[in-house]
Amino acid sequence: MVENGIGASLKRKEDNRFLTGKGNYTDDINRRGQTHVYIVRSPHAHATINSVNTAAAAAAPGVVAVYGGQDLIDDAVGGLVCGASVTGKGGEVNKAPPRNVLTIDKARFVGDPIIAVIAETLAQAKDAAELVEIDYTELPSTVSTANSDADGAPQLHEECPNNVALDWELGDKAAVDAAFAAAHKTAKVELINNRMVTNAMEPRAAVGEYNSGTGDLTLYVTSQNPHVHRLVMSAFMNIMPEHKFRVVAPDVGGGFGSKIFTYNEEAICAWAAKKLDRPVKWTSDRSEGFMSDAHGRDHVSTAEMAMDADGKFLGMRVDSKSNMGAYLQLFSVSIPTLFHGFLLAGQYTTPAIYLEMRCVMTNTAPVDAARGAGRPEATYLLERLVDVSAREMGLDPAEIRRRNFIKADQMPYQTPVVQCYDSGDYDASLDKALGMADYDGFSARQAEAKGRGKLRGIGLSSYIEACGVAPSAAVGSLGVGVGLWESAQVRFNPTGGVTVFTGTHSHGQGHETAFAQLVTERLGVPVENVEVVHGDTDKGQFGMGTYGSRSLPVGGVAIANACDKIIAKGKKIAAHTLEASEDDIEFGDGNFTVAGTDKVMNIAEVAFTAYVPHNYPEGVEPGLDEIAFFDPLNFSFPAGAHVCEVEIDPDTGTLEIVNYTAIDDFGVLVNPMIVEGQVHGGLAHGIGQALLEGCVYDEDSGQLISGSFMDYCMPRADNLPSFNVDYSPTIPLHNPLGVKGCGEAGAIAAPPAVINAIVNALDIKHLDMPATPEKLWRAAQAAG
Amino acid sequence: MYDFNFHSASSVDDAASKLAAAKDGTVMAGGQTLIPVLKQRLASPSDVVSLAGAGLSGITNNGDSVTIGATTTHAAVAASGDVPAALRSVAEGIGDAQVRNRGTIGGSIANNDPAADYPAALLGLGATVTTNQRDIAADDFFIGLFETALNDGEIVKSVTFPNATKAAYAKFPNPASRYAMVGVFVAQAADGVRVAVTGATDCAHRGPRLEAALSANWSASALDGITIPPENLNSDIHGSAEYRANLVIVMAKRAVEAAG
Repeated sequence: MVENGIGASLKRKEDNRFLTGKGNYTDDINRRGQTHVYIVRSPHAHATINSVNTAAAAAAPGVVAVYGGQDLIDDAVGGLVCGASVTGKGGEVNKAPPRNVLTIDKARFVGDPIIAVIAETLAQAKDAAELVEIDYTELPSTVSTANSDADGAPQLHEECPNNVALDWELGDKAAVDAAFAAAHKTAKVELINNRMVTNAMEPRAAVGEYNSGTGDLTLYVTSQNPHVHRLVMSAFMNIMPEHKFRVVAPDVGGGFGSKIFTYNEEAICAWAAKKLDRPVKWTSDRSEGFMSDAHGRDHVSTAEMAMDADGKFLGMRVDSKSNMGAYLQLFSVSIPTLFHGFLLAGQYTTPAIYLEMRCVMTNTAPVDAARGAGRPEATYLLERLVDVSAREMGLDPAEIRRRNFIKADQMPYQTPVVQCYDSGDYDASLDKALGMADYDGFSARQAEAKGRGKLRGIGLSSYIEACGVAPSAAVGSLGVGVGLWESAQVRFNPTGGVTVFTGTHSHGQGHETAFAQLVTERLGVPVENVEVVHGDTDKGQFGMGTYGSRSLPVGGVAIANACDKIIAKGKKIAAHTLEASEDDIEFGDGNFTVAGTDKVMNIAEVAFTAYVPHNYPEGVEPGLDEIAFFDPLNFSFPAGAHVCEVEIDPDTGTLEIVNYTAIDDFGVLVNPMIVEGQVHGGLAHGIGQALLEGCVYDEDSGQLISGSFMDYCMPRADNLPSFNVDYSPTIPLHNPLGVKGCGEAGAIAAPPAVINAIVNALDIKHLDMPATPEKLWRAAQAAG
Repeated sequence: MYDFNFHSASSVDDAASKLAAAKDGTVMAGGQTLIPVLKQRLASPSDVVSLAGAGLSGITNNGDSVTIGATTTHAAVAASGDVPAALRSVAEGIGDAQVRNRGTIGGSIANNDPAADYPAALLGLGATVTTNQRDIAADDFFIGLFETALNDGEIVKSVTFPNATKAAYAKFPNPASRYAMVGVFVAQAADGVRVAVTGATDCAHRGPRLEAALSANWSASALDGITIPPENLNSDIHGSAEYRANLVIVMAKRAVEAAG
């Protein structure tokens, strides 16, 4: 039995530096001769830029340079790219309107970058930025997800008639129509999935540095995927060839998706550092973050279910629009389509599903992947529709779920919306959750609450997600422009310590600990002798980064595979040294043993022998250092059942979550403590969306109203209950480690659990997120 | 933040003279509003005169009233045994721990944010504001949106709160900012009942109809049937005027219940 291997709740190695102020974030990096860039942004949602006069700014004290979009074009720097290519109705691929790093002739959202002012100090750059004169002609704007494709709406891009970037459909329309024609009853709900700003604790930042002696460019940047940053900036933006370009993502304080993408300001830092031959630094302030970070969610949908007399789901129909913002970010249209539509079967056997999804451009910040990315939208829509269906049928929400669950013995299960689930026992998760939440005792608690003047409700969410992003062939066939495998290098040093290079990136997930435990389990090396390195294109092989709960299911397997290569080579070395046949060597607990004997060689001795090969097998290379790549055969499918119980004060609409139970199936848990932390964080995210968070643009002016923490409500500790977290694991067919991914589950599962509890408390059909006190008060008053 | 000259005043008189000498100066107490405003370049004073060293901090209770120095922090008020419970609870509910450790009563009332808590307490308890020039009754102090009776160069020295028989503050915090969406302070004292409302309109104010009802019958049920017309109430993405109108009554009732 290996100590501190898989299953150990080891305290996080990285927390020592984080908790003692020794983290090294991008803004902590300062280079000799550094300059600072400040971005002049559009104050208008939509405006023609008639002229720009930067003469006064350029002459201001300390100013080094003032750049506009044409300066980058003149240097052959390309624009920001959309990496998704999704085929819609009629075989038409999504439009991809061009986006310059700095917009030249038109501003399309409040915060659209126009001019970069670079100065010796940030204060000087800000002072000079105020001297930039831009003559605008304001244009009518549109921010509405529902109405931006209407006739007469202001148009953002010539390339997108009616502001439609993609008109997409999925599923068998005729089969769904037939199901509805034959239905005993139908249910329908119209709902909004509210726009969110992810608000990572650390704002985005970048420092570019050029070495004119070597011609090498380095970019320190808040990135979830430094190799992808380098690839995009090299291949599509022509900033610097990959082999002369180093991208470093040091400690990163949260990403939640928003730091996947390549942003304007980062490109400016990289490009200008070379142009000026001086380091260039940019750090977002919080207001800029609200304006310019990629936002998440923002769907409006109508969902309908056709049922037979027993409440069995016969068919489901969804008509939906998603807001892409003013420009298509890196993943953009792939999120509301592939990552949303493919999850619409949920945990149910619904045989026919048809989705129409229209991706529309609006005068708002770009919208892209945010924790869950498409799957929270699918889960919210489906789990709300299931509750409305139960209401229509007069069935208990738990009962209608059970009647429609895919059963454990039906696995693997091919859904009608592409995905084939490989494992899961949804009845088991629900039963465990209902037991822990004392579902049967709810009515007594509800009656007791009524006596105190409180409205008490209980809500379920049986969610599934697709993680382990992603099988390259599958996503390639769907139009995603990259492979989504992962890489690892496991390097023994001569003295037995192990350095692990991973292509994933940790920005809060605890990889340095969990991945070390994986190596300890596999190779029997003490966990303190394993160091995990990530986030630097110069320090490891190519990798795809961290998002879509992929790090352990994909990156972890690559590490395990590299370990297996180490073991295979070690067997040859041990066999030679121990004078045995390679076939007779067994490996376990860090020791190579000749089967049936006491002849043994520790892996550290093998490593030393590999580096000092005085007595060494013929034909074997020296060294003990292996690289492996892993491309999964399928997604992983974490799933579970969450139960939320709320109390509402009808006089004020104040809501308290009085109980929250999360039963999740993540397969094997490597570090249960870290997993529980990820669940807690995800739940905070999901509860935040359900109750508190809403990004609001003014419908008339297009101004961002929720542009600071004064108006954008993040969840705080006192908004959250003490969570009851447990697991109901099943082992996936396709993942060699038996793991599924856990980082997004809470954000996916919680919103419908909370809203289902609220509508139960108020005995209403639906209420849109965020369920603010005023909405709850009005609903409570209307309900009497 | 734009450049400005920074001065540390050693006394109120010193602050007043430094302010008078400045082209466009401003006083800073705890800085919890001023500094964020400066950081966002929304203000550009020529001079900032800090009162931190002006000797205006402290709490004295003379039996009939309690006097709180202008630069006394919210945390100090919340923790003081010399301060009545209702007033302590007001201080305890302001902002977060960082704000309470820097923010001051003088700064709060001089700024007169429409959603600040202290203005309701001053109006509700019939406090008196003492400045370097005069005494101002709370009823005359809060004029309008971010507007007070303070003259140019006039600096708050202290606030004196007379004792009340019963008093309490009930606040419905804005979920995002935790300022008062609506806060109601009720007090029963020798000279009658006072009710003050903050957060609901552009400036904290007395509630005469609520006072009349509670004067007749000091109980939450006395407020049943009273409705607040929403016409002049604040409305934003967090709460409409109608919702705030409801909250005024609900918070008033809760304050009465809490006061006992």
